[in-house]
Amino acid sequence: MSYYEQKDLADFPNITEWAQKEGNKFFEYYSAATGAGKLTEREKSLIALTVAITQNCPYCIDAYTTKCMSLGISSEEMMEAAHTGAAMMAGVTLAHSTQMRKIIKKKEM
Amino acid sequence: MNAREQLRILGQIGDIPFLAKKIREINMFPLCARGIDILQINLGTLCNLSCRHCHVNAGPQRTEIMSKPILDKCLEILSSYPISTIDITGGSPEMNPHLEWFIGEAAKLNRRLIVRSNLTLLLEAPYRHFMDVFVQNKVEIVTSLPDYLETKSDRQRGTGVFAKVVEAMRELNLRGYGIKNSGLRIDIVHNPVGAYLPGSQVALEHEYHRRLLAEQEVHFNQLFCLTNLPVGRYLDYLIESGNFEDYISALCYSFNPAAVKNVMCLTMLSVGWDGSLYDCDFNQMLGLTINNGAPTSIMDFDMDKLKNREIVINNHCYGCVAGCGSSCQGATTAGD
Repeated sequence: MSYYEQKDLADFPNITEWAQKEGNKFFEYYSAATGAGKLTEREKSLIALTVAITQNCPYCIDAYTTKCMSLGISSEEMMEAAHTGAAMMAGVTLAHSTQMRKIIKKKEM
Repeated sequence: MNAREQLRILGQIGDIPFLAKKIREINMFPLCARGIDILQINLGTLCNLSCRHCHVNAGPQRTEIMSKPILDKCLEILSSYPISTIDITGGSPEMNPHLEWFIGEAAKLNRRLIVRSNLTLLLEAPYRHFMDVFVQNKVEIVTSLPDYLETKSDRQRGTGVFAKVVEAMRELNLRGYGIKNSGLRIDIVHNPVGAYLPGSQVALEHEYHRRLLAEQEVHFNQLFCLTNLPVGRYLDYLIESGNFEDYISALCYSFNPAAVKNVMCLTMLSVGWDGSLYDCDFNQMLGLTINNGAPTSIMDFDMDKLKNREIVINNHCYGCVAGCGSSCQGATTAGD
């Protein structure tokens, strides 16, 4: 048995269990934040997919890859988004090396 | 795969509840028709294409063609009752030798007249004149274009098909089809090229309009999103690719009670090439004729028995009630 199972994705709506009020508020917010607004549903789905990949969430990767396909987003567009995410992750990592460099420069003779 | 084998597979869906149970849970079982607004006539399974998703299993090797006596009977019924829409499908309707005559007769009845054409034949002799036949009779054209990307679309329909459809659409645009205020409509059917459900019809329509105009210089009126039902070649594909269980699960988890209220079989009657009657084109391909006491042949047509008949359902019907709902006219709920 794996900790992550595909069928568990179907259990996501049940996270309201034991904390219904907060769970419902989350879904209300989630729905508002991911639905079409100033940004289109396509744009928001690509953002969501990129975040899912960078944050290593198998459920979200499954859900948003499928959603992007459903919205007619091509494999090439999704892969470009993945590279944007990868570049951001690399950039975020290297930006934090500033802290490392700062400390080295302060402490080294 | 024959119809019996398909039904056997559709009856083995593991932990997923049968659709009839889901409909019982929302107190809508049995589903009963609310009249006949659309007469959908399948002129035959003969087609010049063999698309990988085709639920009809249509292709050049098929020989089934609707005969003139059955078409005569359809006209007699249409003349006798206020059925608002005549929806002609196939196969390739153009390959039925009676199509031109039938369109002419049907047009005289002054109803909404639809022909579902793959368009590719319209570029070839002896079918080119159908472009003018469609214009003269104000036929609404519904054509399939699974994706606005050529490579993706051709993966489903065959190499070169996308280019031919686009070429035919350009010619139809020149005749006024898809052009604002021309009175000539051409609508596109989108269905997913793979094992997933269609997305928002509004979002996809916007993207189709934008991409087809910018990249292909093609105009059209409306996009209809259709969910692929696990029937015919699409069922073969699901099984061969190992997607059957996941796909049925996705359909079941997306069950939408609002879509049940608008499902197309409630207002449609489907006529098979041999005159057999069905609740829809998908039931037709599974050999599920109309049941529960209503006549099963157009030759025995009885409006009183048919207009409120009990609909025959099976698990493939999940496809019509998942997500935003699916029908030959696209999504069926406002959530699209």
